[in-house]
Formats: sequence, C-alpha cells, structure tokens
Amino acid sequence: MALYIVRRLLQSILVLLLVTMITFALLRAIPGNVAAAIMGPNVYRDPGAIKLFDQTYGFDHPWYYQYVLWLKQLLHGDLGYSWNLNQSVASLLGQRLLKSGILVGISVVLAVLIAVPIGMVQAVRRNKFIDHFFNGFSTFFYATPSFLLGLLLILVFAIKFPIFPAEAPQGEGVGVIFANFNAMILPIATLTLITLALFSRYMRSAVIDNLTEDYVRTAKAKGASEQRILFRHVMRNSLIPIITLLGLQLPQILAGALITESVFNFPGMGLLFYQQAQKEDYPTLLGIIVVVGVATVIGSLLADIAYAALDPRVRY
Amino acid sequence: MTVFLPPPAAGLPPLGGAGEAEPAGQAMSAKPRSSFRRGLEVFVENRLAVAGLVIAVVMLVFCFIGPLVYHGNTTVVNFTNETLPPGAGHPLGTDANGNDVLARLMTSGRISLEVGIAAAVLATFLGTMWGSIAGYIGGALDAVMMRIVDAVLSIPVLFLALVVVALVTPTEPVLIMVIAVTSWLSTARLVRGESLSLRVREYVQAMRVMGGGSTRAVVRHIAPNAVGTIMVNLTFQVADAIALIVALSYLGLGIRPPQEDWGAMLSNGITYVSNGYWWLIVPPGVCIILIITAVMWMGEGLRDAVEVRLQRR
Repeated sequence: MALYIVRRLLQSILVLLLVTMITFALLRAIPGNVAAAIMGPNVYRDPGAIKLFDQTYGFDHPWYYQYVLWLKQLLHGDLGYSWNLNQSVASLLGQRLLKSGILVGISVVLAVLIAVPIGMVQAVRRNKFIDHFFNGFSTFFYATPSFLLGLLLILVFAIKFPIFPAEAPQGEGVGVIFANFNAMILPIATLTLITLALFSRYMRSAVIDNLTEDYVRTAKAKGASEQRILFRHVMRNSLIPIITLLGLQLPQILAGALITESVFNFPGMGLLFYQQAQKEDYPTLLGIIVVVGVATVIGSLLADIAYAALDPRVRY
Repeated sequence: MTVFLPPPAAGLPPLGGAGEAEPAGQAMSAKPRSSFRRGLEVFVENRLAVAGLVIAVVMLVFCFIGPLVYHGNTTVVNFTNETLPPGAGHPLGTDANGNDVLARLMTSGRISLEVGIAAAVLATFLGTMWGSIAGYIGGALDAVMMRIVDAVLSIPVLFLALVVVALVTPTEPVLIMVIAVTSWLSTARLVRGESLSLRVREYVQAMRVMGGGSTRAVVRHIAPNAVGTIMVNLTFQVADAIALIVALSYLGLGIRPPQEDWGAMLSNGITYVSNGYWWLIVPPGVCIILIITAVMWMGEGLRDAVEVRLQRR
C-alpha cells in the first residue's frame, strides 16, 4: 500500500511536469512578441527597446532555460501577469477559485446524493418502467446543451414564476454567496443536473454488477433481508467506483461549471477564463489551465488512494 | 473414400466442401452463426438503438439531401422578411436576417454533423494508434505515452479548445482538428487497456507457440477483436464532438458567420426569447437534443452487441 502510494505520487509529479510543459508550449505558440503585447505595436520601430525587454525578462535565453525560469516562478506561486487586467493572475484567481470551488462542491455532492438512489432504483427494477423513465431522464440531460438547460431554468423559475433571481450573487468576497444564497439556487441546480446525468448511469451499472456477486448470494443464504443486502452490502460496494469516477470526471465537471458560470454571470474561474479567452489574455488563460490541471491531477491521485484504502480487495 | 463421409450428391463434385454444396437453409443451421450476425441480432432487438439509427439517418438525409429538395434564402440579408412566424412560404419562419429557418437548419446541421463525425473519426484514429502502440510495445515507452495522456486529460477539453480557438480563426477544418486533437485521449486509454488484455489471451499465445509473429498477432487477432470496442467509442465520440461545438458556439468561439452550426443558431435564437420568437429556438434545440440522444442510443446498442459477442465466444 505504502509502495503503491509512493509510486502513484511519483507518477503524479511526472504528469504535473507534463501539464506545465504543455502549457508552456501553448504559451510559445502564441503569435507575436511579448514585448509588443505589453508596450504596444509601436515598439517595433525601436528594436533596442525590444532587445532590452528581452534581456530584462529572460526572453533572450534558449526555450529550455525559459521553461525552467517559468517553472521556478510557478513553484513560487507566480502564475504570471495579466497585462490586460493589469493584475497578477494569482491575485485574480484567489477569490474566484474559492467561489468556483463552492459552486462545484455543492453541485457535485448534491448530484451524488441524487444519483445514488436513482441508480439503485434503476438497477433493482431493471428494464421496468421506472428504469426506462430515469434512463430517458439522464439521457435527456446529457443531450441537452448545458447553456440551454441553464436558460430554461431562468425562463421558468426567474421570469415566468419569479421565485429565484436570474443572476448569481455579485460582489466582492466569498460571503456574498451565502448572504444571497437564493441567487445560488439556479446555478447550483444547473450544474447538479449536468453532473447528475454523468453519475446515475455509472451507479446503475455498478449496482447491477454487484448484484451478481457471490457475497450477495451468501448474504441471501444466511437469511439477510433484501433491504439489508441492498443497503449494507451492495450500496457500499457500488459507491467505491463512484469515487474513482469523481476523480476522472473532474475536468468534465469543470467544463460544465464554465458554461454555468457564463450563463448566470457567476464571478468564478470559468467566467474569468471565458471572458479572457475573448480578449486573448493568454497569461490568465494559461494560469487557469495550470491551476485546473494541478487540481485534476491531485483529485485523481486522492481518488486512487481513497479507492485503495476503501476496497480491501484491491492489492497493489 | 471413407465411410464417414456422406455419399456425394449427383451432379456435384465429390469431397467438395459438404457445407457449401448444401442448400442455403441447411448450411445456416449446420454452420455456427458468425459473431457479427449475433451482434447484429442483439443490436436489432434493441428498440432504442434502432430508433437512434433511424433518427441519425433521417438527420443525415435532412441535412445533406434536404437542401437539394427545399430551396430557401440562407445567405441574403432581407430585413423586410425579418422574424416572420412560421407560415406559407416559410414553414419554420424566418430569422433576424430574414433568412429561412428551415433552410438554415439544413445548412447549419451539415456543419454540425460534418465537424462532429470528422472530428470523432480523426480522434478515434489518433487514439487507436497511440493506444495500440503503447499497449503492444509496453515498458518504458508505454509508461511515458500514458503519462502524456494523463497530463492532457487533466486539462478540460473545453478549456484547451477555447485557448486553441482563440489562437487561430475557427474555420471548419480548424475546428475538426482542434476537437480531434483535444479528444483522442480517452480512446487511447481504452485501446491501450484492450490491447494489453488481448495480448495475453490464450488464442494469441497459442498462435505465438505455433510460430506466428507480432504483425500477425496485431493484424489477425488484436485489431479485429478491438474493433468492436473502438466502434462503440467512436459513436460516443461523435456525440461528444457535436456537444463540444455547440458549447464553443455558445461561447462565441465556434465557426464564424455567415456559416453557423446548430449551437450558434440556438444561442442566436435565445437572444430573442423575450420577444417570443420560439421558432428561432425550438428547431435547433430539438435537432441538437435529438441527434445527441440518437447517437448515444446507437452507441449503447452497439456496446451491448459487442459485449454479447465477447460473452458468447
């Protein structure tokens, strides 16, 4: 087990290095000159200024040296500087990261809490009406574009029946989210529905697989009731793959969060990414990509370790 | 002539492949049905899968043959005809530029389907090559190749695609490339797993013992057995690719006007929601949901068919 964790940790570090390399390659792929991007196109008339800039910021070094330099900055928490917003990317992200984290966290927990009973009902009543009903339900939410889902919720619950505000809580600080939680309902509902469709399908097949296992037959032979078998044995075992799924699906959930944030104007990381993508503010975009990549790698590492810890059958 | 062989039928060459010489009906019962046929039967029995196939075919006909039959104004801006409700001359009404919504739906659908299918095929090809090389060669190369996959997979496709589309102007071929380059990774992982498990199967080992080489193992045994899994994956890739262009179009980074896909049509239409122009929203919305659902159903049917083939083998 300890050996497995160490090996998995080393792998993750390698993957993280590769993430930074990809990001750096994208950074280099950006057309144009950094000096011109900062000082304006007029700087082309003055080659001396470009040269001075390159020398000051290390752009006259070979690319691998620049990569090491950039990596060193990254390790010190320097994610780059947004010339467009005239602010460091780290300070831009601080609050938004937390806000996005709250939105994603609540939605994922809700989605799992709803997906587990749905998947179990589907598996137990396999090929019955209720199974087909929830199957149609999850396929529909999978096929519906996320932005359409969000806008439909706005149309019904904010315009037709004005119960909730159409816009997410605005303003500085994380506190506004909880101070104005009414406005969080629709964004959370949207992201929950998108994520739910990803999960309930897996829960159904995990329960179906587990129902055919030997331990179910043993429990039956010992006289355990249906309910006991289902809740004490099958449900617990079926939840284990959901943990791995959480680690694997994190990128997809974050993509859903980006769309949700842009529909509800939720001031999180996704909205920032989208707005800066249109302004071609590459330092911010790549800073966010590094953060998201690191979060995903750590997430899947934790998921794997949790999996190994929870399932005694897994031996590495 | 041995006693075990049936006497040759009159007018037929003796010893000439008894099964093939018999009438078709008897040959069917004598020969074990091919695994392809068994898979096909499972697919056809699955009503949702057949419904999905029918919807997909109807969509293809609608988008590619439809414009030959139904002619409507799709490019000329005509403000005297703007946002007309459905009626005579315009079965689905007109949009804000005075273009015919039905005709627009066909041309936009062509882009959605072309980009979706081409990107999925390209991504599946890339992923299959990458995964089978990693899985078959194994060792250090496998480890490095799969860590690269892990690294790219940890960046959400939508984020990566947004950066690339911001870098280059999204024309149709560019979009296909971007989606393919950002979505081949799950296929690579899947095919690698498949080729790892197939490599050590008994029949591959038996062939090895009999003196077959690596090329024969890959071409005759591993590739044909992985084809089912790859096809299933391809189907789901089509659904995901169509959904991805829809998302990119909504974010304003899809294909450039005057060309548009269903996603762009839908997100343009939604801006008129408060005016009650439902005919700008419902048709593209229904098309997107229908095609993705249809492709998913097909994929699920295919998966069941492939699994049954593997089980009964």
